[in-house]
Formats: sequence, C-alpha cells, structure tokens
Amino acid sequence: MLKFFLSRLGTFIPTFLGVTLISFAFIRVLPGDPIIVMAGERGLSQERYEALRSQYGFDQPLYVQFWEYFTGVLQGDLGTSFVTNRPVWDEFFSLFPATLELSICAIIIAIALGLPAGVIAAVYRGKFFDRALMSTALIGYSMPIFWWALLLIIVFSGNLGWTPVSGRMGLLYFFDDVTGFMLIDSLLSGQEGAFGSAVHHLILPSIVLATIPLAVIARQTRSAMLEVLSEDYIRTARAKGLSPGRVNGLHALRNAMIPVITVIGLSVGTLLAGAILTETIFSWPGIGKWMVDSIFRRDYPVVQGGLLMIAVMVMFVNLIVDLLYGLINPKIRKR
Amino acid sequence: MADASSQTGRQVLKDGGTRPTRFRTFWNSFKENRGAVMGLWVFLAFLLVAVFAPFLAPYDPSAQFRDATLQPPVWQEGGTWGFPLGTDAVGRDMLSRLIHGARFSFFVGIVVVVVAATGGIIIGLIAGFAPTWLDTLIMRLMDIILAFPSLLLALVLVAVLGPTLLNAMIAIALVLQPHYVRLTRASVLSERSKDYVIASRVAGAGRARLMFITVLPNCLAPIIVQAALSFSTAILDAAALGFLGMGAQPPTPEWGTMLADAREFVLRAWWVVTLPGIAILVTVLAINLMGDGLRDALDPKLKRS
Repeated sequence: MLKFFLSRLGTFIPTFLGVTLISFAFIRVLPGDPIIVMAGERGLSQERYEALRSQYGFDQPLYVQFWEYFTGVLQGDLGTSFVTNRPVWDEFFSLFPATLELSICAIIIAIALGLPAGVIAAVYRGKFFDRALMSTALIGYSMPIFWWALLLIIVFSGNLGWTPVSGRMGLLYFFDDVTGFMLIDSLLSGQEGAFGSAVHHLILPSIVLATIPLAVIARQTRSAMLEVLSEDYIRTARAKGLSPGRVNGLHALRNAMIPVITVIGLSVGTLLAGAILTETIFSWPGIGKWMVDSIFRRDYPVVQGGLLMIAVMVMFVNLIVDLLYGLINPKIRKR
Repeated sequence: MADASSQTGRQVLKDGGTRPTRFRTFWNSFKENRGAVMGLWVFLAFLLVAVFAPFLAPYDPSAQFRDATLQPPVWQEGGTWGFPLGTDAVGRDMLSRLIHGARFSFFVGIVVVVVAATGGIIIGLIAGFAPTWLDTLIMRLMDIILAFPSLLLALVLVAVLGPTLLNAMIAIALVLQPHYVRLTRASVLSERSKDYVIASRVAGAGRARLMFITVLPNCLAPIIVQAALSFSTAILDAAALGFLGMGAQPPTPEWGTMLADAREFVLRAWWVVTLPGIAILVTVLAINLMGDGLRDALDPKLKRS
C-alpha cells in the first residue's frame, strides 16, 4: 500500500510543477502589458512605469520570475490583485466557501436523485421506467446549463416569483461571516427569515449545477448495476430465495458503488467548470464568477492564482479518489 | 467482388459462401438502437440546414427590421408570418439567425474534432511506440492539461489569444485533445504485442508503417466513439464561451452568442432566450444519442445495456 501511495504521489509532484508552470506562462503571453493595464486610463510616467515594473519583478529574466513565483506559491503567496490590491490567496479563500456551499448542495442533489434513478433503471431494465429515466438523463447530460439556468429563471423567478434572480442573501438581512456558509451563518445569526432567504437563493443555482453530475451519476449507476446484476453471486443470492430488495439493495448496490464513487470524485472538475457558468448567471459571489470577472478585467495575478488553485484542488481530489480506490479495491494497487 | 459486396452488403468468401461486410455488421447492430437512428436523422437534418443555410433562411441573419423589434412568434398574439419565430431586440429574424447558427455550430464541431483527433492520435501513437521516458513525458503533459477544468482552461486560453470563434475552436481542440492521446495510447499498448504486429515487424515493416497502417486501423473503434462525443462537447463549450463573451462576437448568429445578447430580455421576450437554447439542446442530444449507438455497435466491450 505504501508503494502504491508513493507512486501516486510521484506522479502528483511533476504534475503540480507543470500546472504551476502553465499558469505562470499564461500571464506572460497574455496580450497587453500588465503595468499599463494597472495604470488604467490615467496613464503613467516613464519613471513610475519602470519603478512598477521592477516592483512586480517584470524586469527580471523569465526563469528568475518563475523561481520567485514558484517559491512564493509554496509559501501560499500568489501575488496581489491589481484591482483590489488584496492578496490573491486571501481573496480565494474568502470567496471559496460560497462555491463550496453551492457545490456541496449540488452534489447532494445529484447523488440523492441520481443513485436511485440509476438503480431503478437497472432493476427495471428495458421497461418504461428505465427508458423514461435514461432519456431524461441523456437530456440532462446534453443540456447547455447556461440556457437551463435562464429557463429556470424565466419560470420560477419571472412567472411564479418563487425564487430570487441573483445573489446569496436578501438585502434585509445582515450578519457577520462566521463560517462563510450562508446556510450556517444565517442560522447562527438568529434573524428571523434569514435561513429561508439563504435557502431560496441557493435552490436554483444548485439545481443548475447539479444537472450534469446528476445525469452522469444516473447513467454510471445503471451500467454498474447491470454489470453486477449479471454476476454469479447475484444469481446465487436470488436462488437462495432472498427478497429482491435485499439482493438489489444489499448485494448488488454495494459492489456497483465502486465505479460510481469514482465518478462522483471525478465530477469535481465538472462542478468547478459548471460553477463558472452558474455563478456568472446567478451573480453568485464565488470562485467561478471571480475568475470570469478577473479575466475580463485583465487582473493577471488573480487569473494566474485562481487557475493554479483550481487545478491543484482538482488534482488533490483526484489523488484522494485514486488512493481510496486502491484502498477499496486491492487489484488496482498491483498495477 | 466489389460489386457483389456493395449490392448485397455481403462479401463472397473463397469457398463460395458469404459473410456480411464490416459496414453491414455495424449497421445491423446500430439500427437496433432506435434512439441512435433517430439521432442520426436529426443530425443529418441539421447538417443539411447548415449546408444550405443561405437558401433556407428567409432573410439575411444580420438584416435589422427596426419597425418590428421583439416581435413574438407567429402563434402568439402580435406575431406575423413575416417572422415565423419572431424577432430579436434590434428586429433581426430569429428563424434566419437560428438557421445560420447551425453553420457555426457544425463548423466548430467538425474543426474541433478533426484538429483534436488528428493531434491526439498522432501523439498517442508516438507515446505508444516511444521509449519509456518520452512516453512518460507525453502522458505527464496530458495529465497537466487534464488537471484544469476544460471550460476554465479554454476560457483563459481564449483570453490569451483574443476572443474570436477561431481562437475558441483552437482552445477547445487543445483541451479535448488529451482524451484522444490517452485512448490511442491505451489501444496501441494492447495491440502492440499481438501476433499480427510482430509478424509485420518481422516481415520488415518500418516504424511508420507499423504505426499508421498495421496498428492504427485496429485502434479506431473507441476513437470514433470519442469523436462523436467530443463533437457535442465542442458545440456545448463553444456556445458556453460565446455566452460568456469569449467566443464568436456579436452580431455573429452563433447560438451561444445569441443567448448572451438575449439575457436582458429573459423576463420580457421568452422566444429570444428559449429558441437558441432548444437548437443547442436538440443538436447535442441528437449527437449524443448517435454516439451511444456508435459505441454499442462498434465496441461491444463498452456496451452499457
């Protein structure tokens, strides 16, 4: 197991180095001089320009710049935003809870609906339920989620007036950040209606973000279940006279879960990509919207730092999924 | 023999018996899947619309009819047959724009798949045949690209290259390419040690011949399936980039860009928002249905049901 762990870690480190290099390189090839962009419309004198260039280290050779950047990254220093002048690291972590809250709600919806849907479809293979569920899943999988979000806004915010169009919390409420999670903070604040407002704001974005993972989980669960259901030990269990509920629920689902868990773990990347669109549409103040805004504002240190942080997070989750998979399934470790 | 096989779909064997041609075998199992056949029809219909767009569209996609802005579709009060699907905020005919939009989506899909697949297959073949150090280097590089969520990487790439449809296509192709590399390399590794490859090598085939003529044709099945699925991913991602303002620029009638323009009318004019989305959804759905059918027909090992 230790050998397996070390070999996975061995691939993690060069990938991390490469990811750092790529996020560093992007900024050096972006069009436009970052210093000029920072100066804005007022412009700046030649001396001031030189001073800023050396302050940000742009006058150094590239390899020196990369070394400084890389050692900074290892110490949690991702530079400071041109726009807000705050450290990128701090900005990331002050916005991250919003994205995390949204993603957790989305993945809960996706699992709560996707798993049963996949199991039902597999058990009633070829029947009406199977077809209906799998057609729905394929539609969900093909959905342009930015359009799906607009449709939900038309119906639920426009026509029915049930949910707000944007943001995380009604303007009537104000309380301090404790955890950064609106659902928890609103409860802690003890203000009447604050929790309800948080839930209202969260519903549509979570549904939108959950759509694709939900479809993927349902499809994956179905195919994993079908594979397991054709195994000999299931036939044995049936022959012993066990109830269908026990066979399907206990014997089959448990073994079908292994690939499903992998898919859930690997959907972190999908969630973050989805968060870019979802957060932009619902003005949700999280990482995705922050990245899009920064790209448009040409806030290079933020784009660079955000790109790196997101990639590292995806890599980290994939590593954990990989290790867990090795833990569950000893066959994998041998490879 | 060529005649006989094209007429009957059967190949004449030496002993006089016949056996279905490869294509016929494939088609027989593909047509079993009704959804896939439906997807194929819809795909062909969209292909025709894309090719003949200038003849099918009643108006020029960027012609503005200023006296008929935000006119609803014909079946709703206030709609006229002049603009069957209504008009947008500056009085452009929705139907014409949607028809021309099909062109962009198919163009994006085809270019992205061709570029990503060609690059991916070549790199994958090289990785499969290369010495270990080069193989490791290539695969690490692919891991690095795959570590970024694809849409985010494409978004930043487009920001670097400048927001145009062409750059969006390049970015999406680059992001999708590692999947082809991985697939190709995996199949090459499993084929490489088989007898027919060794025989070919012993017979004196050069490396290039081994790669492209001996091994590649036997690795194609999963790659074709991947091509179908990444066609739909490309259309979705290009629309998403257009929607974020980082793809085709207005007034291009690209479906995603049209949706971005329509955002402010979400609550006033449902048709400018609904119709481009339906176009994207139906196209992507058709291609995915087709892709599922292709996978089941070409690669029984991957069959889901």
